[in-house]
Amino acid sequence: MTRHEGQGRPTTPRWRRWHFLWLLAGTLALVSACGHQSDQAKTLTFWAMGREGEAVIQLLPAFERMHPEIHVDVQVLPWKEAHQKLLTAFAGGTTPDLAQLGNTWIAELDALHALQPLQPYVTHSKVVRPADYFPGIWATNRIDGTLYGVPWYIDTRLLFYRKDMLKAAGFAQPPRDWAEWSEQMAALTRRPGPNHYAILLPVNEFEQLLSLALQQDAPLLRDNNCYGNFESAGFKHALRFYVDIFRRKQAPLLANTEVPNPWTEIGHGVYAFYLSGAWNINEFRRRLPASQQGDWATAPLPGPDGPGAGIAGGSSLVIFRSSPHKGQAWALIEYLSQPKIQQKFYALLGDMPPRRSSWRGSVLRNDPAAQAFRSQLERVKPTPAIPEWERIVTEMQLIADRAAHGELTVDQATAELDRRTNAILEKRRWMLAHHQGRDP
Amino acid sequence: MNPHRTAWLFLAPALLVLGVFFLVPVIAALGLSLTDYDLYALANLHNLRFVGLHNYWALLHRPLFWSALGNTFYFVAVGVPLSIGTSLATALLLNSPLARCKPFFRTALFAPVVTTVVAVAVIWRYMFNTKYGLVNYALGEIGLHPVDWLGDPHWAMPTIIAFAVWKNFGYNMIIILAGLQAIPPDLYEAARIDGASAPRQFWHITLPMLRPTMLMVTILTVAGYFQLFAEPYVMTEGGPLQSTMSVLYLMYQDGFKWWNLGVASAVAFTLFVIIFAVTMLLLWFARRGERAAGGRA
Amino acid sequence: MNPRLARLLINGLLLGATAAALLPLLWMLSVSFMTPGEASALPVPLLPAHATLGNYRELFAHAGMGRYLLNSLLVASAITVLSLASNLMAGYAFAKLRFAGRERLFQALIGALVIPAQVAMLPLFLLLKYLGLIDSYAGVIVPSMASIFGIYLVRQYARGVPDELLEAARIDGAGEWRIFGQIVLPLLKPIMVTLAIFTFLAAWNDFMWPLIVLTGQEHYTLPLALASLAREHAQDSELMMAGSVVTVLPVLLLFLALQRHYLQGLLVGSVKG
Repeated sequence: MTRHEGQGRPTTPRWRRWHFLWLLAGTLALVSACGHQSDQAKTLTFWAMGREGEAVIQLLPAFERMHPEIHVDVQVLPWKEAHQKLLTAFAGGTTPDLAQLGNTWIAELDALHALQPLQPYVTHSKVVRPADYFPGIWATNRIDGTLYGVPWYIDTRLLFYRKDMLKAAGFAQPPRDWAEWSEQMAALTRRPGPNHYAILLPVNEFEQLLSLALQQDAPLLRDNNCYGNFESAGFKHALRFYVDIFRRKQAPLLANTEVPNPWTEIGHGVYAFYLSGAWNINEFRRRLPASQQGDWATAPLPGPDGPGAGIAGGSSLVIFRSSPHKGQAWALIEYLSQPKIQQKFYALLGDMPPRRSSWRGSVLRNDPAAQAFRSQLERVKPTPAIPEWERIVTEMQLIADRAAHGELTVDQATAELDRRTNAILEKRRWMLAHHQGRDP
Repeated sequence: MNPHRTAWLFLAPALLVLGVFFLVPVIAALGLSLTDYDLYALANLHNLRFVGLHNYWALLHRPLFWSALGNTFYFVAVGVPLSIGTSLATALLLNSPLARCKPFFRTALFAPVVTTVVAVAVIWRYMFNTKYGLVNYALGEIGLHPVDWLGDPHWAMPTIIAFAVWKNFGYNMIIILAGLQAIPPDLYEAARIDGASAPRQFWHITLPMLRPTMLMVTILTVAGYFQLFAEPYVMTEGGPLQSTMSVLYLMYQDGFKWWNLGVASAVAFTLFVIIFAVTMLLLWFARRGERAAGGRA
Repeated sequence: MNPRLARLLINGLLLGATAAALLPLLWMLSVSFMTPGEASALPVPLLPAHATLGNYRELFAHAGMGRYLLNSLLVASAITVLSLASNLMAGYAFAKLRFAGRERLFQALIGALVIPAQVAMLPLFLLLKYLGLIDSYAGVIVPSMASIFGIYLVRQYARGVPDELLEAARIDGAGEWRIFGQIVLPLLKPIMVTLAIFTFLAAWNDFMWPLIVLTGQEHYTLPLALASLAREHAQDSELMMAGSVVTVLPVLLLFLALQRHYLQGLLVGSVKG
């Protein structure tokens, strides 16, 4: 290629070589300066997720007024990326000072030795009093007897439903067990008109099936959490119930990316039930018109025979081992744990506080939508506290999705799930055999 | 000054960067793929095991790998011909003496190439939304049923292919256009005098003369299309039913989501070997075709 | 065929193809001016009922778009300047300086082009972790400070620099650096512009590596911010479209301003030398 042969003219005068070099040097300096984050003693990096992150920003000015020496830098991670971002931060050595952590992830980050034990702080704290917290939730923050997190809010999945649509179909009450639930979903699917369903169960969310599975007696993993137990009769029962909802066209095979605005669609009557979490309370209040505010309500999750168990979900606040500002981070945790602040947080977002004294506030006491959660929270069950759980539950959702699409039978799906789970847990078995302990 | 030393000084910055940040990591990746490097090992190196070829072996027994490979081949096998076909067609149109406003058309057709994949993938996600998307709306206007473009496992990959063709065809169009303009006009002149029709001219002059250009374009496009990642990442997150999960997406997930760096390195190397093999195969076909064509002439 | 008909057909087809190419971009622009929720309605609106800049205001005031824009500018500019410097020097050396193993080294480099960049990514992450560069601008910039493609491009172009010119300067006693700075670089100006815009666009649009190496959002580039926004705020399509406009517009304008250089580079880079 010589498309410029005619350019042999020596056009040399005053080539601005020095400008170029200065620019180069300047850029280099800039690059190396950016490589090292400024380490001001006062800036506290706080990672929070999704809506919680956006809401907590509004609570911080008051904190910063109380502690003028601390500046909090909140980073809002999308929920979908949060787990990955946390692991990446650990892998890259860039963990924040403190973070909101889904309580099923505590075991995982603890196995990596990323979290700071909090018992010494709690012992001396006047604000965080363990006895005031719901014991089931407090327990999810203890791994092998060591406390790593302070519960921030609790969540479980239950039913949001359209009262008026149920009434129109001839049901005065929301379902109490699976039989009633099936009957109601069948009736709601039969109503005339195109493009409507009984329930919205996004096929890319694992929480719905997990809730049903936790209602069974059989544990999800067996032998010290070293093998999958998905071929148990209990899990098969739950999966079959879940899959049948799709086979009977009571729920569409849609991912939540395709239903960007479920609240409005429920308002339009496309769905009568929605199995989801507490943050939806505020979304319904915000997005449905005033005339429809009387039409929706919440109900505890029906179980196989009567009110069923649910996920012990929610988030905790944790401090990372690598943080140079652990004292300040704890001050922020204490601030966010005050019942007064938790009630404000609930008012902003609808996230349920984890301590009883926070529930005594009028906002929560008088909120009918919250009451179903209060009763559901009595029956929450934790998931296995092992680092591999997030991955296993992701596989569970992928396989359940295929079963819902009719590509796998329930037996095939559970066998495949056990196979994959056992492969994922191979390293755990090796670690337990070789280290005889929990240290990684 | 020693001219050799000068040359090496000129080369030093580039070679240093390429060596430290490319060559060494590639070699390290090969080593990594023989271990079970994961989060446990990241926390404490004592938890690292040398596993030989186990990662590759396990990969061959992993249904998800095969379906990711199948999806990737599907994307390449359908996407590359469509993409190059569109490039060729638009280049021929632009090269026609009858075409008007050529600079405008050329720029407009090229515009998608310089756009950011993520940004335009976001646009396409909305255009192909089942309910409020422009595409289904247009289909409805002409009386066709709406299609669940990104939610139906059968339609998601075709939608991503359409996106890739739209985004990329301009690049090859410019190269092919240059190839067309390099064909000596007297060849066509002679053919016209011989009374050859336009299709015959295309078949007997244009295509053979374009051959080297097309070969190069094909090889580059194939190698590029094998590296499918950002499109499904933004548009479908690999779904529905993992029907848009590509090999590179799998590597990303294994490596940077679950931090199984050993397994992910094996995926990356396998992809490399596949791209290499396919490129060699294309070259071999081209050479054989050349010989056959040469023999006939 | 009737020439008038043929002309109509050819221009009609071109017009159709252009419409297909531009429609998504125009629609993006249109939706970005709609009020929140307006685009999610039937029939699908093509133009905003009351054009508003609200989405842009929201992006810059609350979603930190200004910061991401600056990040993208910084990262892409730094990569452009640094890789331009190293690629120019190396490309010139391969074209014009004599040293043992020149051809073999160059062949090896070209051969390395078949290795997908992603193969290196996993160990590269660990390497950058060791260097403390994860989640920093440098983590994105440093691995891109040289490119084989850039070296190739410069070499192809620099081979056209007449040897007599360089020899004459050497006889005059000019040092190699002086020759490079005062004689060669001015001659390479066209390819510099080409390579600069190429590199800038590629760095601006790059997604996978920044996604891996940038863990905190304060360093996010526009594509990362947009992908993250698209995952969390899927319901706000008007906002997303405004974000896409902010991401795409700078590169589109840059391309329109310098398209001659860009297209030329594309051709130099793609023709076997």
